[in-house]
Amino acid sequence: MSSAPHVVMSDVTRIHGSGETAVTALAGVSLEIHPGELVAVMGPSGSGKSTLLNVAGGLDRPTSGSVSIGGDTLTDLGPRDLAKLRRRRMGFVFQDYNLIPSLTAAENVALPLELDGTRARQARRQARHTLDLMGLMDLSDRYPDQMSGGQQQRVAIARALVGSRRFVLADEPTGALDSHTGEEVLRVLRDRCDEGVAGLLVTHEARHAAWADRVVFLRDGVVVDTTGQRESPEDLLSAGEAAR
Amino acid sequence: MSVRSGLMALLAEGEKYGAQLRSEFEARTGGTWPLNVGQVYTTLDRLVRDGLVESAGEPDAEGRIAYRLTPAGHAELGAWWGTPVDRTSTPRDELTIKLALAVTAPDVDVQRVVQTQRTATLRHLHDLTRLKRESLGRAEGAVEEGHRPDHIAHLDAVAEPRAAGDNGLAWLLVLENLVFAAEAEVRWLDHVETMLARRAVPAASSGDRARADPTGAGATGATGATGAGPASDITSTASRHQPAVVSSNPGGDHS
Repeated sequence: MSSAPHVVMSDVTRIHGSGETAVTALAGVSLEIHPGELVAVMGPSGSGKSTLLNVAGGLDRPTSGSVSIGGDTLTDLGPRDLAKLRRRRMGFVFQDYNLIPSLTAAENVALPLELDGTRARQARRQARHTLDLMGLMDLSDRYPDQMSGGQQQRVAIARALVGSRRFVLADEPTGALDSHTGEEVLRVLRDRCDEGVAGLLVTHEARHAAWADRVVFLRDGVVVDTTGQRESPEDLLSAGEAAR
Repeated sequence: MSVRSGLMALLAEGEKYGAQLRSEFEARTGGTWPLNVGQVYTTLDRLVRDGLVESAGEPDAEGRIAYRLTPAGHAELGAWWGTPVDRTSTPRDELTIKLALAVTAPDVDVQRVVQTQRTATLRHLHDLTRLKRESLGRAEGAVEEGHRPDHIAHLDAVAEPRAAGDNGLAWLLVLENLVFAAEAEVRWLDHVETMLARRAVPAASSGDRARADPTGAGATGATGATGAGPASDITSTASRHQPAVVSSNPGGDHS
């Protein structure tokens, strides 16, 4: 992988609370995600998986260390700019889909664009384009309650990646789905990453993490293991950095 | 299962030569159980001796003999389909033995053993998933070829004929079985690691300990040079509780 990393987390520490009640959720975590790369984060409950995802997505700020997305350092941005960057550059996928029940699939996918000021008509057009790209065109006029869980989650991935978003963060996206449907959702996520999107997937299931290029294993806020296929010695070295 | 039942299942579909039985058996089980021709003929001889299989006629021009199932063979095969596979005799598993020994051995960093294995198993799972994905891609006409790691190359050799044939489901089923096994192993390793961490000094979590112990004295396996130092918390604590560690993992996760 020769491209510059899209996501860079450097020596990130996140401590909740202070004094005697302080809890270290992340302790010196470094992680890079290149365009086209899907990285899975595994670890037991309380290991810091969700904190890592929230910090990478700018939903939470690190106590120390830095996070940059596409060259912009999140930790340097004020709340307004950070919110803008989140709207335009990344998308989230949650366990329970979070689609708005009163909107069709296409309207749900268009929503982030509309919230960012794109005209409704253009936003819908882009939404349909994204759905088409992902082979979900036949769902575009359906409401969430007319879709299965797996279909809703695929639409949620489309919503996360509509427009120019190149970073998707997925928190247990298959948690509410049966094993087979869960894998179908992961194939969609994997396909998106193969098209150049950077992905961060939090999961507790090894069989789902296996769809990622690399698995980062957290324990007590520390990366204890990192694994996966790497294409060059440079990648091996950068993974070593991440594991340190 | 026995090769015997497998060959009978193939013969139930019609007369077959020995070499044909061998290639079909391998192809239909995803190459997970390679047979040699000698094994096939020895098994056929025993089946003939037991009256379950008979030759279907004289040898052909090439000297090959076709075999078929006798009525008794059909009956025994029916019984085999209807009987659950015996799981009471747990096979010896090197990893289980290794970890059981590791928690009692004085100079072994158990956590390191667990991590090394988990990394390897996750990698294996990743490779299996890639094969699965390619297989699904073929089924949908989107053929995708990638690099084959050596340790699954033998599976891939069987994956190729799958693409042409209509036995893709059998191949996927075998792959899924390997995925489930690898997944179970990762879960068991996580479980072992959590148990070890809980049995270590309660005040310090494993991660904190690793960071707070720059001398490496707490990670004996990782830093062999400190062999004269004290055993790690994990090792020593786990040693004290060894019977509990072992008895809490009665192999149920793994058999």
